Amino acid sequence: MENFIQINDVYFQYEENGKDPSDKYVLNGINLNIDKGEFVAIVGHNGSGKSTLAKHLNSIYLPTTGDVLIDGMNTKDDNKLFAIRKKVGLVLQNPDNQIVAGVVEDDVAFGCENLGIHPREIRKRVYEALEAVDMYEYRKSSPDKLSGGQKQRIAIAGIIAMQPECIVLDEPTAMLDPQGREEVMSTIQKLNREQNITVILITHYMEEAVLADRVIVLDLGTVFFDGTPREVFAQVEPLKKRRLDVPQATELVHYLKGCGYPLPDCVLNEEECVQALLKILKR
Amino acid sequence: MVRNITLGQFIPGHSVIHRLDARTKILLLIAYIVFIFCAANYISLLMMTAVSLAVVLATKIKFRLYLKSLKVILLVVLLTGILNIFNGSGRILWELGLIKITEGGINNAIFVTVRIAVLVLISSVLTFTTSPSDLTDALEKILKPLSIFHIKVHEIAMMMTIALRFIPVLLEETDKIMNAQKARGADLESGNIFYRIKALIPILIPLFVSAFRRANDLATAMECRCYNGGVNRTRMKVLCFSGLDLFGLIFSMIIFVGVIVSNLCIPAVVR
Repeated sequence: MENFIQINDVYFQYEENGKDPSDKYVLNGINLNIDKGEFVAIVGHNGSGKSTLAKHLNSIYLPTTGDVLIDGMNTKDDNKLFAIRKKVGLVLQNPDNQIVAGVVEDDVAFGCENLGIHPREIRKRVYEALEAVDMYEYRKSSPDKLSGGQKQRIAIAGIIAMQPECIVLDEPTAMLDPQGREEVMSTIQKLNREQNITVILITHYMEEAVLADRVIVLDLGTVFFDGTPREVFAQVEPLKKRRLDVPQATELVHYLKGCGYPLPDCVLNEEECVQALLKILKR
Repeated sequence: MVRNITLGQFIPGHSVIHRLDARTKILLLIAYIVFIFCAANYISLLMMTAVSLAVVLATKIKFRLYLKSLKVILLVVLLTGILNIFNGSGRILWELGLIKITEGGINNAIFVTVRIAVLVLISSVLTFTTSPSDLTDALEKILKPLSIFHIKVHEIAMMMTIALRFIPVLLEETDKIMNAQKARGADLESGNIFYRIKALIPILIPLFVSAFRRANDLATAMECRCYNGGVNRTRMKVLCFSGLDLFGLIFSMIIFVGVIVSNLCIPAVVR
C-alpha cells in the first residue's frame, strides 16, 4: 500500500502550565509521506523537532493540530492505539532505560506478552528476533553484562518480535562507541533489506544518514530538505548555514571543487572520494 | 565497593533444583524456614541441616558462592551466638561473678547459629536457582488470591521485576556519581557520622534525578511495546508443576513429619 505513513500539516507544542499558549511550536506544519519498505533518515540539529516527530508516529505524542495517519489509522483514535503501536515500533536512545526484564529473552518477549500471543508462538518469535539481530547466543544472559551496542540490539529485537511493519529509531547510536554504532547500523540495514521493514532513523551522524534511501532535514520544526542522500548533501552551503554537518568526504570534495578542480557534485563516502580524486591525479 | 553483592543473584544451570517450579520453591522455602525454627532438639535440627545441605549440593553451584552470602551475615550470626551463650538456664558449667555459662545457654547459641546459617543457605538456593522473572511470576501466581481484596498483584509483581532489573544499573550510577563528586573535591570518607551523612546529599540528589529520568524513558518504552497494565497478558514461560515438583513436595513432607515426630518424642532442649 502506498503512503504507509501520512503526516498532514502537523503542528505541535508542549503544554506549559500557566503560560499562555504562545506561538512557540516545536513542529511547524510538517507534511510527509513515507512508503512501505523505505529507509528514511531524519536529521537536524538539537531542537529541530526530530525526536518530537518520532514520538508522533506511534501516538506517544498527539499533534496539536493536523493529523498523523498510520496505514490509514489516525493516531488520535483511542481505539486504534494498540493496532498502531503494533505496526510502528519505537526504539529510544538510552539502551539501559528501555530494557524491562532481567534476562535477555524475557525482555524480548515483553511486547509479545502484552499482545496476548500464545506462549509457543512467543518463543518462536523471540528466537527469530534474537537471530535477526545476531544475539541468539546471549538469550539467557543478564542485560547488565552486555555492551551498549548489544543492549541496543536487544531493544531492537524486543520491537521486531512484535512483528511491526515499521521501526522508528530515535538516535539509537548516540550513546554508543564506534563499534556499537556499526553493529546497530548493520542490523538496521539488514532488517530493512531482508524483512522489508520500513525504517525511520533519527540521527545526527551524517555518515549514518548517507546509508538511507531518503534523507529528510528538519529545521525549526519544518521540513527543510527532502531527497536522496546525494541530492541533500550536494547542498553543502545551506546545510552549513543551519549548523548541520555533511560527511567529511563530501565536504572535502565540495571544497576542492570550489577551488576549481573538476570534481563531481557530490560524493557520499570515502570510497567515492578516493575514486574522484584518483581520476584527477592520474591525468 | 558495590560490586560484590551475591544476594539475589541468579546463577543459570540445569540442576534438579533449577528445574523445580518457582512456586514450589517459594512455598517450600517458607515451610523450611518455619520448620528449621520449629526443630527443638538435636535430632530434628540435624535432620533439617542435613536436608538443607543436600539441597545446596543438588544445585551444583560452587559452594564458594554460598560461603560468600554467609560471609555477609557472619558478624550478625557470631554476635547473636555469643550473646546467647550467656542467656540460658540449667546446669551451670562455668561462673565468673555475674557472668554464668549454662548448658541451656550453649544449646541456645548452637541452635541460633545453625538456624540462621541454614536460613541464609536455603534462601540463597531460591535466589541462585530461580531467574528473577520466574520468581516474580511465581509470586504473582501465589498472591493472585489477594486480588479479591483489590490488591494489585500484577502491578506489585511488575514493580519487583523492574526493581530487580535496575538494582545493578543504579549501583553503577551511584559509583559514577560518587567518583564525579570526588573529582570535584567532595569529601566522603572523613569526619563524624553526621558529617558523612550530610556529605551523601550531593550523591543522592543526582541519583534521584536520574532515576526519575530513567523511569520516564522506561514508561515510554513500555508504552511503545503495548503495555496496558497486564490486561490479557500472556507469558512466554508458563510455570507448570511436574513430577519433579510432586517428588519435592512429598520428600519435604516426609522430612517435616519427621521433625514433628522427633519434637513430640524427644524433650526439647531449647524453648
